[in-house]
Amino acid sequence: MSSIAATATTISTSRTKVIQPAWVRVMHWINAAAMIVMIMSGWQIYNASPLFDFRFDRSITLGGWLGGALLWHFAAMWVLMLNGLAYLVTGLVTGRFRRKLLPLSPASVIADLKAALTFKLSHDDLSAYNAVQKLLYLGIILVGIVVVLTGLSMWKPVQLHWLVSLFGDYPAARYVHFVCMALICAFLVIHILLALLVPKSLRAMITGR
Amino acid sequence: MAKRPFLIPGVDKRLLIKDSLKTMPDLTRRRFLTGGASLGALTLLTGCDVVDSDTAEELLKKVSKFNDAVQAWMFNPDALAPTFPESAITKPFPFNAYYTLDEAPEIDAADWKLDVRGLVDNKKSWTLDELHALPQVTQVTRHICVEGWSAIGSWTGTPLRDFLKLIGADTRAKYVWFNCADKDGYNSPLDMRTALHPQTQMTFKFADQILPRAYGYPMKIRVPTKLGFKNPKYVVAMEVTNDYKGGYWEDQGYNSFSGS
Ligand code: HEM
Repeated sequence: MSSIAATATTISTSRTKVIQPAWVRVMHWINAAAMIVMIMSGWQIYNASPLFDFRFDRSITLGGWLGGALLWHFAAMWVLMLNGLAYLVTGLVTGRFRRKLLPLSPASVIADLKAALTFKLSHDDLSAYNAVQKLLYLGIILVGIVVVLTGLSMWKPVQLHWLVSLFGDYPAARYVHFVCMALICAFLVIHILLALLVPKSLRAMITGR
Repeated sequence: MAKRPFLIPGVDKRLLIKDSLKTMPDLTRRRFLTGGASLGALTLLTGCDVVDSDTAEELLKKVSKFNDAVQAWMFNPDALAPTFPESAITKPFPFNAYYTLDEAPEIDAADWKLDVRGLVDNKKSWTLDELHALPQVTQVTRHICVEGWSAIGSWTGTPLRDFLKLIGADTRAKYVWFNCADKDGYNSPLDMRTALHPQTQMTFKFADQILPRAYGYPMKIRVPTKLGFKNPKYVVAMEVTNDYKGGYWEDQGYNSFSGS
């Protein structure tokens, strides 16, 4: 009996030590790679017919020309969509989203933001996200869903015209898609900065502990 | 903004032409992915020894073929492209090609005829007068360019499927392949299911006027379920065929199905 109890304790302690389970780490890094390919090829596609009075410098785009960029974009979209779908389903089914990203209230975000800006926010327990992290992660998951839905709208505006009408019309979907890209870039800047400020969180996202 | 003449918001005419010139076939064309490929190859294929762009290019071409199949599977022959009221028409409607308007074909109707080839019962050529005598319909739809811009136009002509029936085309064939008078010989294949779509049209008029030179006089093929480059202008011949004969842009890397 004692030996069984001992085994159970060992398992549970080693479990609590895993901060990021393997599926989160694998899907997170696949997503990061796919996102970067999507963004860089997307900039090249944007340059063919800019929405605003600027273009992205060719050195930070992928594909070389419009046709090449489209090949990258329409290849990486499968990786992004399938990986994203798997992440959403697993996050919902395992209860991870509910456990780690909820509950979330404006008051907690304000309190944690104040604490963070005065360097009083604790990072001792990496297994629990603070309210600012929760907001950023829930927000970027939502943006990720919208960027895929607007992308599909523009890819198949006739076959999926019901999806297009969700965003207004084809040109509107283009603007929403662009805004989502900009939000993802802004998220990336903050996200990487925070990860570098708390390097053990980066280690946990790589090794799990 | 005010300095440059914009045809439609977001599309600068001169930059558009410059872009097209940049994408003209040249010696670097074959290596269109060089320069940008290594990072993607690394990220997409981590672990494999493929930091060279030829391997990445081969893989991307395979995915594009896969995307052709996915799009053919998604294609609903009964799904109609949204239509719009006349008031929604984009004015002026943009001219866009891999050449300037000055270089667009100038066709004399007296010299022009439409050649019909391949798997059809009646291979007779058609004069413009004969074609104009066929029943016509008008539709106002959105033209979507591979570059991302779009514009709403009004096109009038004969449904391609009626013409295919008239000439006794074998509609079990895989493609209708169009040849055009554009410089360097534009051509493009259209899959048969799209060719038979009710909105696919042999177009003779734009905005109720005889098709102007800019929009493909004397005949264009208007396909509202395809991107703009699969809507050939200045058509001189159509061939019903089971062979994939490639196309001007398709051969350079644009996805061949490119359905909407
Ligand atoms: C390539 C640069 C990236 C780095 C260095 C990075 C780093 C990290 C780290 C260290 C964590 C765990 C942080 C923590 O404990 O709070 C994390 C979590 C997360 N990251 Fe990233 N990330 C990157 C790209 C992205 C991108 C492009 C997205 C989405 C657009 C993204 C979305 C997320 C999400 C949603 C989580 C929470 C995952 C969960 O708990 O299920 N990351 N990232």
